[in-house]
Amino acid sequence: MSTTAVPITTRKDWSSDQEVRWCPGCGDYSILSALQMLMPELGVRREKTVFVSGIGCASRFPYYMNTYGMHSIHGRAPAIATGLSVTRPDLDVWVVCGDGDALSIGGNHLIHALRRNVRLNILMFNNQIYGLTKGQYSPTSEEGKVTKSTPFGSIDHPFNPISLAIGAEATFVARTHDMDRAHMQEVFRRAQEHNGAAFVEVYQNCNVFNDGAFAGITAKDVRSSMIISLQHGEPIRFGVENERGVIQKSDGRLEIVNVADVGVEALLVHDEHREDPGLAFALSRLSNGVHEPTPTGVFRAVERSEYGNDLNAQVHDAEAAKGPGDLAALFRSATTWTVD
Amino acid sequence: MSESVTTEKRDGVVVRFAGDSGDGMQLTGDRFTEISAVLGNDLATFPDYPAEIRAPAGTLAGVSAFQVHISDHEISTHGDSPNVLVAMNPAGLKANIAVMERGTTLIVNIDAFDERSLTKAGYTLSPLSDGSLSDFDVYEVPMTSITQEVCKDAGVKPRDAERSKNFFALGLVSWLFTRPIESTVKWIDARFGAKPQIAEANTRAFRAGYDFGETAELFQSRYEITAAEFKEGEYVNISGNTALSWGLIAASRQANLPLFLGSYPITPASDILHELSKRKEFGVRTFQAEDEIAGVGAALGAAFGGSLAVTTTSGPGLDLKAEMIGLAVSLELPLIIVDVQRAGPSTGLPTKTEQSDLLQALNGRHGESPVPVIAAMTPSQCFDAAIEAARIAVTYRTPVILLSDAYLANGSEPWLLPDVSKLPTIDANFATTTNAIADDGTPEFYPFKRDETTLVRPWAPPGLEGLEHRIGGLEKADGGGNVSYDGANHERMTQIRRARIEGIADSIPLTKVEDPSGEAKVCVVGWGSTYGALNAGVERVRATGHKAAHIHLTHLYPLPKDLGSMLKGYDSILVPELNLGQLSVILRSEFLVDAQSLSKVRGLPFKAAEIEDALMAMLEGSS
Repeated sequence: MSTTAVPITTRKDWSSDQEVRWCPGCGDYSILSALQMLMPELGVRREKTVFVSGIGCASRFPYYMNTYGMHSIHGRAPAIATGLSVTRPDLDVWVVCGDGDALSIGGNHLIHALRRNVRLNILMFNNQIYGLTKGQYSPTSEEGKVTKSTPFGSIDHPFNPISLAIGAEATFVARTHDMDRAHMQEVFRRAQEHNGAAFVEVYQNCNVFNDGAFAGITAKDVRSSMIISLQHGEPIRFGVENERGVIQKSDGRLEIVNVADVGVEALLVHDEHREDPGLAFALSRLSNGVHEPTPTGVFRAVERSEYGNDLNAQVHDAEAAKGPGDLAALFRSATTWTVD
Repeated sequence: MSESVTTEKRDGVVVRFAGDSGDGMQLTGDRFTEISAVLGNDLATFPDYPAEIRAPAGTLAGVSAFQVHISDHEISTHGDSPNVLVAMNPAGLKANIAVMERGTTLIVNIDAFDERSLTKAGYTLSPLSDGSLSDFDVYEVPMTSITQEVCKDAGVKPRDAERSKNFFALGLVSWLFTRPIESTVKWIDARFGAKPQIAEANTRAFRAGYDFGETAELFQSRYEITAAEFKEGEYVNISGNTALSWGLIAASRQANLPLFLGSYPITPASDILHELSKRKEFGVRTFQAEDEIAGVGAALGAAFGGSLAVTTTSGPGLDLKAEMIGLAVSLELPLIIVDVQRAGPSTGLPTKTEQSDLLQALNGRHGESPVPVIAAMTPSQCFDAAIEAARIAVTYRTPVILLSDAYLANGSEPWLLPDVSKLPTIDANFATTTNAIADDGTPEFYPFKRDETTLVRPWAPPGLEGLEHRIGGLEKADGGGNVSYDGANHERMTQIRRARIEGIADSIPLTKVEDPSGEAKVCVVGWGSTYGALNAGVERVRATGHKAAHIHLTHLYPLPKDLGSMLKGYDSILVPELNLGQLSVILRSEFLVDAQSLSKVRGLPFKAAEIEDALMAMLEGSS
């Protein structure tokens, strides 16, 4: 294991020699660029970095990173990455998945990785559609959506991924979008620094099967009035002139108001570190879809013991208490008898 | 001792304890086994219990039984039919009377034969009074009432005192077979020491049972089974699941790789998870996953990271793991999948044994997806089988399916402790350097550049600079390992994957034939847990003067290289299996031999007599 300083790298060092094969104009390109540009700033080593993915457009991601990587099975990346992370705490393990991958076929693994708080940086690219299978509705598609498999409109109620992650008591939950590199990089950086399971939803445009799904909030001309950028310790407000804000009513509900009507002091001050996930959950319910003002940034970032750390501590404690395992003694842990 | 009681020598005895699932029959059987093991008897056990934890008390569905065969000579089965049945209630009698032969001994807890219990068991008349048991030696013993009487002032409630009646039965049987008292009294103290009143009640009940034999003048004889001749050394009575767990720990040590188990609880495999989770001082990391898929998935992730990775399962769990095993085939990473088989399909008979997963283990994945398959033969041999599975997985970078089953998992036998300094070593042989040069002259790492002889690819867990690489389920270019959709490359990779696994045959033993005459024309071919019954059945046939060979397979894929030519030397081949003939299909298709299937799927192991009868019929038919 190297003890020398982390070498200085550039984006090129983190890019593999493989031709990137997403559709021209896909939001995945900007996410890949944002991350490849960020990696040299994180103080981590390429050989200690692993990207694990499932199946779907997003899951081709590891092939393009010049690190260790595994492109695995639909939905199973969090399970595979859990085994890797807990047995190799020296590694920085990223999971890249899509909304179908993480919330449909792999929903079970995602929630369990989150509740266990395994040290993983989970990036879920949400485009609200199945891309690689060519355009069926996904578990985040809105009700009524007409797709190849829902010619009469979807009757499925969608998941809100942030609500789901907070419901699973994830210790780090954030949202960003593919139109804002600086914001993506800040959120990814925070996720990587978090000691535990970090869940990041990235709104990602699928320009072939669901083009403009997020344009109602991410387009440059509407962004400031439609995106509520959460900042820890700051009153929650947004708008071209910060004229709107969020208050908590006496019954606990959150509501968007005009700051002029209530005064700045009445606004809810964002607290990522609140142990009780209730307020973060309420924030995740503020928007009923990307046609309404929608929060981005870090919803929740709390400390809780990390799963791999606890697992390895039990092993080290047993080794310290009993000494390293002795096979001959193990065989004699039950009653033995000797034949002369 | 009463004057009239004599002590007779016997060469062996089969005892079956039967009662309600809550009656402690497994504990009683285990303890009787342990006492006999320490006395030096050879032994084989067969715990036979229902799927329900506590089925309605007193019903046939709730009967739990434990059969043990103890002997003064080497034995290989738990015995076809018990000599003594201890029935704690009418249901225990009714559920087991069919396996008892005329003239054998029935010891019944008479207190439990009241009208209500008889009705629950489905008796209209008491079998003790209707003459139906006239062919048996029946001993009616008031186990419950004596137990309650002696425990009166032991400080336990009457209800708890009643629960000690299994120790009364153990005491009585200990007397009947001249087992010592002291070791069990000590064991009770150790086991129940945290609850002194319970320990006291159990001890009193145990002693009362022993004394009852001594003083009641009910029994004319006691029996002595002297020690068997064993090879010199230290022994322990071990179950298949424990032996398999210890084998995995030993393999981890021998390979110098940390052991990781990803598992989801399922009967009858869970005891491996329990055992390994206790052994953290060996660097064992166990992970109880959210489901079967996550269990094997986490194991595969650990394998990528350089651990000796294992998942354990049974029945429907193997179905769920199939996709991940296919990924491991594609990634060419070491992974051990332990399948403790049980009767299927679906939930089937979860606590009953079967060998019906063989074809699934061999073929149960989409695509051309070869996986080595090995099977354990006896409870103690599960230890060696685990090490062999690890050797193949690590050496050849492949998932390996290790087949055990409910009979091996729960059954036990004496195991000669191996010399730990002489266990085989396993070489992980991690990649440490780049192995290729790029077009521009820079050194590169090709994850699929293979050893020319074994076709094995380098295993490079993350951490080494310059060896960064990506692998996945998409087809990989031969050598470099980048994604390739080229048809010719896919065909080459498919052939290589097959050839690599078939090449493992170079490292496994040739066919071992048991044929003392060397002239047998008839051969019995088996695999896995039927070894004991097949061995005993063939021995009986030989004892009548016939010549018969026995081949027992532990490697099911690849098969020993000379198996085909060996089989072609026999006129007749009998293949007994606890399935509908899965190995016989393989032998027929691989070698064009007329392998005749003998099939049984009753959730029970073969009896030696069943093998004997089928083999005699074959011998007579061929003469």
